[in-house]
Amino acid sequence: MSVKIKLSEQMMHIIFFISACVSILAVVLICYFIFVSGVPAILEITPKAFLGGTLWKPLEGFFGILPMIMGSIYVTTGGVIVGVPIGILCAIFMARFCPEKLYKILKPAIELLAGVPSIVYGFFGLVVLVPMMRNLFGGSGKGILTASVMLGIMILPTIIGVAESAIRAVPESYYEGALGLGATHERAVFFAVLPAAKSGVLAGVILGIGRVIGETMAVVMVAGNQPVLPNSIFGGVRTLTSNIVLEMGYASGLHKDALIATAVVLFVFILVINLSFSAIKNRGRN
Amino acid sequence: MEMVQSLNKTSFDKQNVQGINKQTFAQKMKAYKKQPLSLFLLGLVVISAVVTIGILAFVIGYIVLNGVSNLSTDLFAWEYTTENVSMLPALLNTLYMTGLTLLLAVPVGIFSAIYLVEYAKRGNWLVNIIRVTTETLQGIPSIVYGLFGYLMFCIGMNLGYTLFAGAITLAIMVLPVIMRTTEEALLAVPDSYREGSFGLGAGRLRTVFRIVLPSAMPGIIAGVILAIGRIVGETAALIFTAGTVATAATGLFDSTRTLAVHMYCLLSEGLYMEQAYATAVVLLVLVLGINALSSYVAKKFTKN
Repeated sequence: MSVKIKLSEQMMHIIFFISACVSILAVVLICYFIFVSGVPAILEITPKAFLGGTLWKPLEGFFGILPMIMGSIYVTTGGVIVGVPIGILCAIFMARFCPEKLYKILKPAIELLAGVPSIVYGFFGLVVLVPMMRNLFGGSGKGILTASVMLGIMILPTIIGVAESAIRAVPESYYEGALGLGATHERAVFFAVLPAAKSGVLAGVILGIGRVIGETMAVVMVAGNQPVLPNSIFGGVRTLTSNIVLEMGYASGLHKDALIATAVVLFVFILVINLSFSAIKNRGRN
Repeated sequence: MEMVQSLNKTSFDKQNVQGINKQTFAQKMKAYKKQPLSLFLLGLVVISAVVTIGILAFVIGYIVLNGVSNLSTDLFAWEYTTENVSMLPALLNTLYMTGLTLLLAVPVGIFSAIYLVEYAKRGNWLVNIIRVTTETLQGIPSIVYGLFGYLMFCIGMNLGYTLFAGAITLAIMVLPVIMRTTEEALLAVPDSYREGSFGLGAGRLRTVFRIVLPSAMPGIIAGVILAIGRIVGETAALIFTAGTVATAATGLFDSTRTLAVHMYCLLSEGLYMEQAYATAVVLLVLVLGINALSSYVAKKFTKN
């Protein structure tokens, strides 16, 4: 091997290695920039006043993000309540009940829908769901319920995709064994196959939760955005993500740092969700 | 003889033959009567499927039908004015943003996948860390990317709201998508290809670029197209990195708005609902078209 070739081999090896390290560098930089700007702000406001305060009036020096934390938790829970049962049942349909011809159309259609931009969902929510809720329940139409329905719809494709592949991964012998013991098709699917796919389905749900809690553009359109603790499911809420996107444009000083600190809280939520996602996925593999 | 004849007669009389494992509809209903729980579960599953498909079809149908009727040639004028909120500048900006982001993300994504699959030793601790970080990157919400981009590129590097700052931010965001799909495509290339290449005296680098990459190309292209879909549909990460100026960019350091950001601006101003309908359908068709192309490429070429 000539020296020239050897040199280029070495060079490219190093270039590949550096490229591989870019993702590590990116995570480190993201953590660094978010935490370095956010954590001092939390300390300055004091963690108790920041995380436990119910008053968000940045211009008067009140930086309590409890309403936003609760807002994120409310709409996430709502989205999960709306989206998960329908999503799992639909995944069961796709995996075990769907006629082959229909499946060939439905599967790519649902996969495609996972890619619909969130701003388009937000637009749909604003022009269809909000007026609908206003007519049904009165009020402004923007609030926890509307946001929950919106988010529930948004996570359907994600949950269906993951849950379906989990159900399909269950060995056929489980199903056949149940049939052999006299179970009907439905009983075999629900009581033998589905429990075996539990961890995969759960992973799909957690992936959905991660999606919902980080969702910004769709929620901002339909949740009402009032930074107060809501008193009913029709009340308007502001989530952690909306808080950032609404005020970042004009914030400065401690206000801006408090918004970055909001991102710190969001980031911690996401990290916890991601870790439990990988933990469940790995447990399912073993 | 007579018996054979009659046997032949019956076995050819196919219309009247019925498999004993096939149930007629009436038999199924009778069985369900004895099993109310099964009927209930069947009902649940079918209703959920119908509801899901109905809702998703309604979302798409509503946006397309209302959008198309609001489309007009005025919306594709070269200049953006407050009287005519043309989306053409935003479309051009989307094109620039996509091109620039891919320019940054694709080489890094493909090279790092090559490192992971072709160079790194199995069970290497670095590989494990890279896997964890790519998974983390995939889970980070786009608004956090936006804040990070704002802090690092716009403030830290003093770039301000620019096309370039937006593109780097998006490049980091789509990096895991490209990495993962490329990795999968590379892993799908049979080892015999590599062995054959080595056996003929090719070095590692030549094997990667001449043998492995060409065979993995369809998978990689599908991943890149998927990344384009993400870029085109992204809003939250761009508002605070590329800004919201509504004219077409003339250089790397101009503030721009892509089509998705344009849509957000129209909605938050609340004055241009008809134009927002039209923008929504263009954005939706664009993104769904790109995603469909991606899965078409992936399926078409993996069969051969």
